[in-house]
Amino acid sequence: MGQDVINVKGLTKRYGQQVIVDKLDLTIPKGEIYGLLGPNGAGKSTTILMMMGLVEPTAGSISIHGVDPVSRPMEVKKRVGYLPEDVGFYDDRSGLENLVYTGRLNRLSVQEANRRALALLERVGLKADRAKAVGNYSRGMRQRLGLADVLLKQPEVIILDEPTLGLDPEGLRKFLELIVELSREEGLTVLLSSHHLQQVQQVCDRVGLFVAGKLMAEGDIANLSGKLFPDDPVVVEVVVDRRPPGGALSELLQAIEGVITVTQEEENLRIEADRDIASEVAQVVVNSGAGLCYLKRKDYGLDEIYHRFFKNAG
Amino acid sequence: MMTNYKAGLTRFFTPRGGMHETEQKAVHPFWVIVEKEVVDHVSSWRFGILIGLMGLTCAASLYIALEGIPNALKPNDPEGSFIFLKLFTASDGSLPPFHVFIGFLGPLLGISLGFDSVNSEQNKGTLSRILSQPIHRDYLINAKFTGSLIVIASLLMALGLLVTGLGILKLGILPTPEEFLRILFFMLLATLYIAFWLNLSILFSVRFRQAATSALCCIAIWLFVTVFYGMLVNLVAKSLAPSGMASPQQVIGYQQFVQNLSRLVPSQLFSDATTTILMPSVRSLGPLSMEQVYGAIPSPLPLMQSLLVVWPQLTGLIAATVVCFALSYEAFMRKEIRSR
Repeated sequence: MGQDVINVKGLTKRYGQQVIVDKLDLTIPKGEIYGLLGPNGAGKSTTILMMMGLVEPTAGSISIHGVDPVSRPMEVKKRVGYLPEDVGFYDDRSGLENLVYTGRLNRLSVQEANRRALALLERVGLKADRAKAVGNYSRGMRQRLGLADVLLKQPEVIILDEPTLGLDPEGLRKFLELIVELSREEGLTVLLSSHHLQQVQQVCDRVGLFVAGKLMAEGDIANLSGKLFPDDPVVVEVVVDRRPPGGALSELLQAIEGVITVTQEEENLRIEADRDIASEVAQVVVNSGAGLCYLKRKDYGLDEIYHRFFKNAG
Repeated sequence: MMTNYKAGLTRFFTPRGGMHETEQKAVHPFWVIVEKEVVDHVSSWRFGILIGLMGLTCAASLYIALEGIPNALKPNDPEGSFIFLKLFTASDGSLPPFHVFIGFLGPLLGISLGFDSVNSEQNKGTLSRILSQPIHRDYLINAKFTGSLIVIASLLMALGLLVTGLGILKLGILPTPEEFLRILFFMLLATLYIAFWLNLSILFSVRFRQAATSALCCIAIWLFVTVFYGMLVNLVAKSLAPSGMASPQQVIGYQQFVQNLSRLVPSQLFSDATTTILMPSVRSLGPLSMEQVYGAIPSPLPLMQSLLVVWPQLTGLIAATVVCFALSYEAFMRKEIRSR
C-alpha cells in the first residue's frame, strides 16, 4: 500500500463551452477498490477515457504508475485493463476466440493466449460455454467475459465503466464478489464507476461522489455521510420485546445526555442524538427491565447520501 | 455449414496449441488484426455473393470474348499478334468485355468490403475494447485497409489467371510473355483502382456512424462518377464547343480541355489505362495531329512504351487513393473513441 497508482491533478475536459470534467483531483493507492459514483452524464466515462488515453484532456495531468497516458498511451494500455461500458465482442466468434484475439493483440503467442484464456474462462465460470458464439451469451455472461478479457493482459490496474449495468441481482453479486476476490488476491487496483449505489457500497474501499464534473466528496461510506452532512444527528434504532414495568422507557432515554428526540411506536424506538450514544441506550434499556431484541446505530447508505445530497444541492 | 466452414478457417489461421507443440513466436499485433480482417471477409456472406457475381460476369464475358474472337481478328490488324489479349477486350456488343466489367464491378467490390469497417466496430462496442489493448491506434485502420486489399488482390489475381487459363484451354494458344505481363499489369491496375474505392468507403465508415449511410454515400459517388459525370462533361463540352470557323489550335485546346475534365474521375483514368495496357495499338490517349501520325508505322507499342503512355493515369490513381487514405487516417486518429 502507500504507493499511489492513479494520480489525477486538475483534470479538465471541455467540449466547446460545456465543461464535462472540472479540475478533478483524484489519487488511488495500490490495491484499493475505488468507486466513482455519480448520476448519468456526470463525466465519469469521460474521465475514464482520458485515463486510458482514448480522449485527450483539455487541461490537467494524469499519471498512472507514473506514466502519462496522453504522451505514452502504449505503456498505460499495457498495464491497465479497461472494461468499457456495454462492452462488445465479435458476436460470430466464440468466447475463447475473442479472448485469444485480445491476447494476441497483447503480443502473446497463440498457445500462451489460449492457456491464459482457458484459465480465465474457468475463473469467471464460462468454461462450459467457451465454444459458444458470443452472440448467444446472456448479458451476465458477456460481462464476465469482459472481465476475463480485461484480466488477460495481467494488468496492475483495472478500470471498469458501469460494470454492473443490466445484471440481475444474483449475477451482480457474483460479479462483484469476483472483482473483490481478484483485487485481494492479485493486489489489483480497481476503479469502477457506477450510478448504482447499493452495489458499490458493498465492494468499495472508498467512493468518490462525482457530480457535474466535480468530485463533491470522497471517503469510505461512514466518512462520506459525516463529511456531507455534518449537522445530522446520530440515529439509534431499538426494538424491545416487552414494555418495561415502569412503562416510561422513552422518558428514561430522553434523559441521556445528548439525546434530541425519542419517538416510540409500539415496540420500536428511534432515538436521535448529537453524538454516538448506542452503548448508553443499551444500558438504559436493559436496566429498565425491558427485553432488548435489536439495537442498531443507523449508517447512511449511499442511497440515502445520494438522495439527500441531490435534495440539498437542488 | 457456414459455421463449420468458418471454424475451419479460424483454425487454419489460429492453430490450437497442444502441449507437445513447439511454442510459436508471438505475431505482431498489426498482422493479428490483418489476419482477422481477412478471415472475417472471406467467411462472410457478403464476400460469397460478391465472388458469385464476379465469377458470373467473368464467365459471361469470357464466353462472349470466345465467341467474338473470330470476328475480331482481321487481316492487317496491328494487334494481330496479341490474340490472347482479345480475351479481355473482345465483345460482340451484347455484353461488355472483361475489362469494362472489372471497371464497373470493381468499385462495388471495394465499397462493399470497406463501407462498414470502422463504424460497425464502434456499433458493436468492440472499438473501444480493441483500442484499449496495447496497440497504436493507426494499426487498426492500416490493418483494415491491408486486410481488405489482400482479399481484393487475391481475388482479382485468381480471376485474371482463371480467365487466362480457360482461354488457353479454349483457344489452344499460349499467351506470349509480353501478353502475360500485360495481363498482370492490368490486374495490378484493377487492384489499385479498387483500392481507391476501398479507401473512399473506409473514409465514409469513419465519418458516418451508420453503416447504411456510409454505403449509400459510396454508392451515390460511384453512380455519379460512372453515370452522371459523363453526362455533365458532355453538357459542358456542348456549351463550350468552338464554332466551325475556329482555328485548329482552338479545336485541339478544346478537345484537351474536355478530355482533362473527364479525367478528373478515377473511372476514366482506369478505363484509359486499361485500354492502353490491353490494346497495344493505342499510342496516345489525347488528340494526335496529322504531323504526329504521319509516317508512324501502324504497329503495336512495346509494353514499356504502353506503360509510359499510362504513367499519368497511374500516378493520378495512386494520388487519389493516397488522398482518400490520408483523409480517413486523419479522421480516425482524431476520432473520439467512446463506447457505442
